[in-house]
Amino acid sequence: MDKKILVLGIGNILWADEGFGVRALEIFHSLYRVPENVSLLDGGTQGLYLVQFVQEADYLLVFDAIDYGLKPGTLKIVEGGEVPKFTGAKKMSLHQTGFQEVLSAADLLGDYPEKLALIGCQPEDLEDWGGPLTQPVRDQLVHAAEIAASILEQWGASCTRREKGEMVEPLLANDIDHASYERPIAAA
Amino acid sequence: MGLETPNGFKLDNSGKRVVVDPVTRIEGHLRVEVNVDSNNVIRNAVSTGTMWRGIEVILRGRDPRDAWAFTERICGVCTGTHALTSVRAVEDALAIKIPENANSIRNIMQLTLQVHDHIVHFYHLHALDWVDVVSALSADPKATSALAQSISSWPLSSPGYFKELQGRLKRFVESGQLGPFKNGYWGSPAYKLPPEANLMAVAHYLEALDFQKDIVKIHTVFGGKNPHPNWLVGGVPCPINVDGIGGVGAINMERLNLVSEIIDRSIEFTNKVYIPDLLAIASFYKDWLYGGGLSSKSVLSYGDIPERANDYSAANLLLPQGAIINGNLNEVFPVNLRDPEEIQEFVAHSWYKYPDETKGLHPWDGVTEPNFVLGPNAKGTRTNIEALDESAKYSFIKAPRWKGNAMEVGPLARWIIGYAQNKPEFKEPVEKVLKDLGAPTSALFSTLGRTAARGLECQWAANKLKHFHDKLIANIKAGDSSTANVDKWDPQTWPSEVKGVGFTEAPRGALAHWIKIKDGKIDNYQAVVPTTWNGSPRDPKGNIGAFEASLLDTPMADPSQPLEIIRTLHSFDPCLACSTHVMSEDGQEMAKIQVR
Repeated sequence: MDKKILVLGIGNILWADEGFGVRALEIFHSLYRVPENVSLLDGGTQGLYLVQFVQEADYLLVFDAIDYGLKPGTLKIVEGGEVPKFTGAKKMSLHQTGFQEVLSAADLLGDYPEKLALIGCQPEDLEDWGGPLTQPVRDQLVHAAEIAASILEQWGASCTRREKGEMVEPLLANDIDHASYERPIAAA
Repeated sequence: MGLETPNGFKLDNSGKRVVVDPVTRIEGHLRVEVNVDSNNVIRNAVSTGTMWRGIEVILRGRDPRDAWAFTERICGVCTGTHALTSVRAVEDALAIKIPENANSIRNIMQLTLQVHDHIVHFYHLHALDWVDVVSALSADPKATSALAQSISSWPLSSPGYFKELQGRLKRFVESGQLGPFKNGYWGSPAYKLPPEANLMAVAHYLEALDFQKDIVKIHTVFGGKNPHPNWLVGGVPCPINVDGIGGVGAINMERLNLVSEIIDRSIEFTNKVYIPDLLAIASFYKDWLYGGGLSSKSVLSYGDIPERANDYSAANLLLPQGAIINGNLNEVFPVNLRDPEEIQEFVAHSWYKYPDETKGLHPWDGVTEPNFVLGPNAKGTRTNIEALDESAKYSFIKAPRWKGNAMEVGPLARWIIGYAQNKPEFKEPVEKVLKDLGAPTSALFSTLGRTAARGLECQWAANKLKHFHDKLIANIKAGDSSTANVDKWDPQTWPSEVKGVGFTEAPRGALAHWIKIKDGKIDNYQAVVPTTWNGSPRDPKGNIGAFEASLLDTPMADPSQPLEIIRTLHSFDPCLACSTHVMSEDGQEMAKIQVR
């Protein structure tokens, strides 16, 4: 049977570059069609409540804004046992602390993913409440999605690039999708 | 310097210097600074936080029908409560009536959140303040089994079960990755449970972690997805088609049966695991009755869970509404969220700007204009604050007050109000717990009382879930399958200028959103959240908030292991991470910890 793969975006979309994880997932969804054994989850800042999704996954790929002290917008790919260490390296925000614990909790419950990868992005600004993604981070969204597709390819799940103009049900609705969210900010 | 606040607390910060880290506005960051005297008793407490601010800025000019989707993102755990509060505010403004089924389903969503949040809070965010994980490794599995069987008929209680679990825990701890258990002060003298009680509690920690994932399936059934379920102004977004089959999104009998089964299991888990654990743990801490703070003086609840749709008056709300001040339980005042003189937010000690900061503003007229300035006695720089000056502005949390009073909100507030109103379903369980523990009524006003009230409320909510599920099914069987009223969906049908207020009781306390709508768009949006009430800084008169009050006069066993502070702060279920600093007499930073 095909491995169950979860692609998870975490972070707070209301908080500038904190939104990287969810926005990267949104772009990934808009660019790629995925096989049936792959599911996408906007995890927001749900922390421990995500444990069941992690438990159910054989392979787990996470998008997140992580502070490595690098140049803003730098992407860093971490795999396997290094992931929990990295998510705990610098605790900038609640959801990060939470996610390291989510992994530990899944482990304690005996359902740790066989494969684990993190596509992290160095944020520039985490303090601009209600602000947009900063340019260096926004510039990496497509690249992050392409990296996700190549990791999934290595994991045996080939994603197909969508046709231009293909109608896709958006990942986020009710005006919180990336373009709508930032429209009034741009106008202000 | 020693002083007494208008709300009756003695503060002494003499000769102490408080050193703090930079105050950054990371998500839900809260810091508490305390001064301890030579006996390690807390004599001054300063709570400073960086609650979400600026939701009003994000929402201005947007479609009111989408506001819930934004407010759902404010907080990682209160998602549905914010969404419900938001749709209620919009419906109030536009005088939209929702169908009975929508009311039942919303109550089920809200009560599910209460049950889920309370269980997760007790076992995963709070229990380890009372339970020593490492001590559990030395428990005798047979004696643990005997203990478990003496307090409950819960079936997972054999010696073999506890032995296997202890082995698993041991391997986990020995692998060096303590994971969820890494922040404990294991071995601290402040831990009082015998190893067997610790092992039993750790077993239930894992069982609760496993069970919580089933509880939220109710949100998936009615909200279409979880996390971040869908909501709808005018009702609920799920159609009902009882004869339908398959997974096309409509509510059918198969789904209702799934919900029913989860509700039964929630009731059983609460009755047979949560409540017995609570009583067992509390029985070892009966002498630790600190942390009451404001709870014995001033408490507030907006009330929630309307029995019938569209009636938000106190008489129709199953969770009590009211305010108690000055500790007078003989008088419960009505609460009016529309009265400009009742609920007001002050910013004299908050990093915001008002035209006149001696006065408070009602949220409909609320202003959220940041003003990050440090007081004259603050040390360090704006980006690297070493010491805050609590005589000036010191927090991103505003100071909400009810008729000028600082109020505690949350399960304990709700249960004190229900108790004071002589409502049997609140009063009787409280009296039974006090009797079982052999504790006086005054024990209610404590950290432990707060924790116990949450457990009782979980049990209450699980039973009310059944009530509304039965009601929903009865109504559907009677032929009513309506779940939404879209008569006023089109903004063309709206008046050009309206305002409204929506309120709920979130797991952690009173929550309300105030909205002004102009020409179909949001003109102003203000939310006052539970942790704004509890975590509030001083007001212009010097009244301290619930967190600050709760920490005073608590003796610490070892100030370098500030377990007592964490225990009390956690008992509020604050919706933010907090870091706590404990200061010694000469202002040396003694400990810095993360509290979750």
